[in-house]
Amino acid sequence: MTGTDVGILGAGPAGMAAAIRAHEAGARIIVMDDNPGAGGQIWRGGERTQTSSQARQWLRRFQGIEQFTLANCRVVSAEANPLKLLVETGAGAEEIVARSLILATGAREIFLPFPGWTLPGVMGVGGLQAMAKSGLPIEGKTIVVAGSGPLLLAVAAYLKGHGAEVKLIAEQAPRSALTRFGVKLLRTPGKLAQAASLQLSLLGIPYLQSCWIERAEGDGHLEAVVMRRDGKTWTVACDYAAVAYGLYPNAEMAALLGCRMSGAVVAVDELQRTSIENIYCAGECTGIGGVDLSIVEGEIAGYAATGNLHRARKLSGRRKRAQAFADALNTAFALRAELKQLPRADTFVCRCEDVTFARLQSVRSFRVAKLHTRCGMGPCQGRVCGPAADFLFGWRTESVRPPVFPARLGTLITKQSEEEEITASQ
Amino acid sequence: MPDTVEISVNGRTMRVPAGTSVASAVFAAGLTQFRTSVSGEPRAPLCGMGICFECRVTIDNQPHCRSCQIPVQPGMRISTT
Repeated sequence: MTGTDVGILGAGPAGMAAAIRAHEAGARIIVMDDNPGAGGQIWRGGERTQTSSQARQWLRRFQGIEQFTLANCRVVSAEANPLKLLVETGAGAEEIVARSLILATGAREIFLPFPGWTLPGVMGVGGLQAMAKSGLPIEGKTIVVAGSGPLLLAVAAYLKGHGAEVKLIAEQAPRSALTRFGVKLLRTPGKLAQAASLQLSLLGIPYLQSCWIERAEGDGHLEAVVMRRDGKTWTVACDYAAVAYGLYPNAEMAALLGCRMSGAVVAVDELQRTSIENIYCAGECTGIGGVDLSIVEGEIAGYAATGNLHRARKLSGRRKRAQAFADALNTAFALRAELKQLPRADTFVCRCEDVTFARLQSVRSFRVAKLHTRCGMGPCQGRVCGPAADFLFGWRTESVRPPVFPARLGTLITKQSEEEEITASQ
Repeated sequence: MPDTVEISVNGRTMRVPAGTSVASAVFAAGLTQFRTSVSGEPRAPLCGMGICFECRVTIDNQPHCRSCQIPVQPGMRISTT
C-alpha cells in the first residue's frame, strides 16, 4: 500500500496542469495513466515530437516537478471513503491511498456503427493519428477522414504532412453551422490563427460538409468506402478510413466512486469539486471542451485540492472564456439524426460480443440489452457500444461496477489478501 | 537506446524503429487481422488508445495484450490469431 496527498488519474493536459499546481503547494503526488508516457491523446509521443509550443511547455513543466508517475497502468477499482485505488501495472498490482483525488480521465472517440465498420482498416480519427504517431506506416497510403469535429482537420493535416494521400474529409455538420462557428472564432484570435494555418496545409484536400460514410467495403480488410451527400452516393477506394463522431467523456471511474453525473458528464462546481468530498474532476470528463478548457480546469483542481482556493478562484475568467468556445464548438458539430439510420439489421453495434442492431431494437434499455444480448458485456465494457447506444436509442449505461477494466486474477487477489491481512491484525 | 528493435511477428523476425507500438509493428509486418471476433470476423485496432480491445494479440505467451498501448521490446514474440 502506498500513501499520497493527491492522486491524479490521467496525465493528459488536465492531469499534468493539476499535478503542476498541486506541486506548488508542496503536496506529494502520484499520477496514474494507461499510456506509456504523459501528454494524453492530444500530446501523445513526448515533448520532442510536439509541434505546438503550448504542448512542449506543459510537458517540460510536468517532467520538471517532483511526482511519481505510474505509466501503463489501469485503475481497476476504487473506493471513496477513505480514498483507495487498486492499480494494475505491467508487473503486478498496487493499492494507493490518497487524501484527495483528481479525476482527469479525458474522453474517447464516439464510433457510430455503419455497415462494414468492423473491417480491419476502419479506425478512429484520433485513433489513426495515435497509431501513426506510434509507428504505423502511412506514407503513400490512401485515407478517407470522416465523422465530425475540428479533429478531422487537424488529423487530415497531420496525415498529409506525413506522406499519406488524404482523399477527402467528410464532415456531417452542415456548412451553415460551421460558418456560424467561424464567426464566433473571430473573438478568439489564437484559435483563428490555428484554424487558418490548418486551412493552408489542407490545400488540395476536399472538405465536404453534410457528407458521411454510408458503408465500408472489402474482403477481409477495408478496400473502399461509399460516401453520401445530398442524396448522392459514390465510392472512394482507400487503404484506411479514419472515422469518429466527436468525443465522449471517460466518466466510468467517477461513476464507480459515486460522483453525481450531469447526463454523460461528471458534475462539478466552480472549484472542480465533485459531489464527493476530496474528489475533483477536470478536463474532458466534465464536458467536451478542448485543450484550453482542460488545462485551466486542471489548474483549478490542482489548486483547490491543495487548499489554494484564492488562486483557484482567480482562474474563473479564463475558464469562462474557454467554456464559451467549447459551447460554440459543441453546437456547430451537433450530430444529425440521419446518422441513426446508418446501421442495417445485421450491423454489429457491440463489437466485443457481436450483437447486431436488430437484436438491440427489440429491447428497451442498456440494462436489458446487457442481460439479454450481452451487449456491453465484453472486454471494452461498453466503452464503444455505450456512446453508440446513447446516440441511437438514448440509453445510458447506468451502473458501473469493479473491475472497470478487465484485470488479472492476481490483481484481484492482491486486494483480497491485503484485506485479509488487515482483518487478521485487528 | 538503439534505433531499431528486433522482434518476431507470427514467427517471422523483423526490425522496427524503437518506440513503435506492438499494433503498429503488426501492421508493418503486412498483417491486417489481429484477432477473430466471437462470430468469426477478422478484426484490427479501432480506437488506437486502449479503449476498444480490438487490437488484442499474444505477446511472449501472454494472451489478450492490448497491442496499441504496448511499445515493442527487444526479442518480443508477438502472435495474432
